[in-house]
Amino acid sequence: MFDLTGKCALVTGASGGIGADIARALHAQGATVGLSGTREEPLNALAAELGERAHVLPCNLSDADAVNALPKQAAEAMGSVDILINNAGITRDNLFMRMSEDEWADVINVNLTSAFRLSKGVLRGMMKARWGRIVNISSIVGATGNPGQGNYAASKAGMVGMAKSLAYEVASRNITVNTVAPGFIATPMTDKLTDDQKDKINGQIPAGRMGTPGEIAAACVYLASDEAAYVTGATIHVNGGMAML
Amino acid sequence: MSDIEDRVRKKVVEHLGVEEDKVTENASFIDDLGADSLDTVELVMAFEEEFGIEIPDDAAESIQTFGDAVSFIKANS
Repeated sequence: MFDLTGKCALVTGASGGIGADIARALHAQGATVGLSGTREEPLNALAAELGERAHVLPCNLSDADAVNALPKQAAEAMGSVDILINNAGITRDNLFMRMSEDEWADVINVNLTSAFRLSKGVLRGMMKARWGRIVNISSIVGATGNPGQGNYAASKAGMVGMAKSLAYEVASRNITVNTVAPGFIATPMTDKLTDDQKDKINGQIPAGRMGTPGEIAAACVYLASDEAAYVTGATIHVNGGMAML
Repeated sequence: MSDIEDRVRKKVVEHLGVEEDKVTENASFIDDLGADSLDTVELVMAFEEEFGIEIPDDAAESIQTFGDAVSFIKANS
């Protein structure tokens, strides 16, 4: 099940906790992976860890030209892009009434517009191949909202609408477009929280704990697989029951 | 019949699965040849490859018929 041998996957934000585990999981199923991110050092370290079938493709997602060039670079490095995981994201939290135009635009640009550009860029190859998988990593806050994250929540909800629209358009070509919406996931960022803060968060989660990056990666592996061919335009919520949508 | 016409017709027949004699000068890909909008995008991609040219999005939108495609390619290759 979920064999990805021979498939080539481009993962953005592969230098981060969740992105790295997504790349690891796809790689473990046999896929060739293109590791994209802004920080080259962790990408190189991950590529070294994975060994064969791993390519480092640094890209600053706030740079439109760099983003538009990435699908081609990835296809040249790997041979094709069969699977795209739009995982990269940033936050610029602020109260709505204090949020600047820049804070708004930066988040929309990196989280949503880069996903648009990359999806558009990989579609040509997928259409020709009559096979493709696009997975957007959204967030629980795209569905529930979160104070201080008007920009981030808008970008994450936007990814869902975009995925559904694109899913309609390309379904007849065996290309699926889906979304994974993580809840609280334990990453180096959440490790810094105090035990008190963690207890508070865990109290809101029926499962009583934060999720792991591997649990997000598992959803991506499924959606990228042949077995998920009939799943498109869907959102898989991986949140320990925190929001049952 | 020119070589370009032949090659364009071949691509249309191949992609849309229509009879060759249906692909006439004024045949609209969507209205006459049963293409959907995504088929027209793929056709343009096929023309780009066949003739080694780039067809920008705004030009692609204006290519509605077999004749449109032939004249665009003649003018740009």
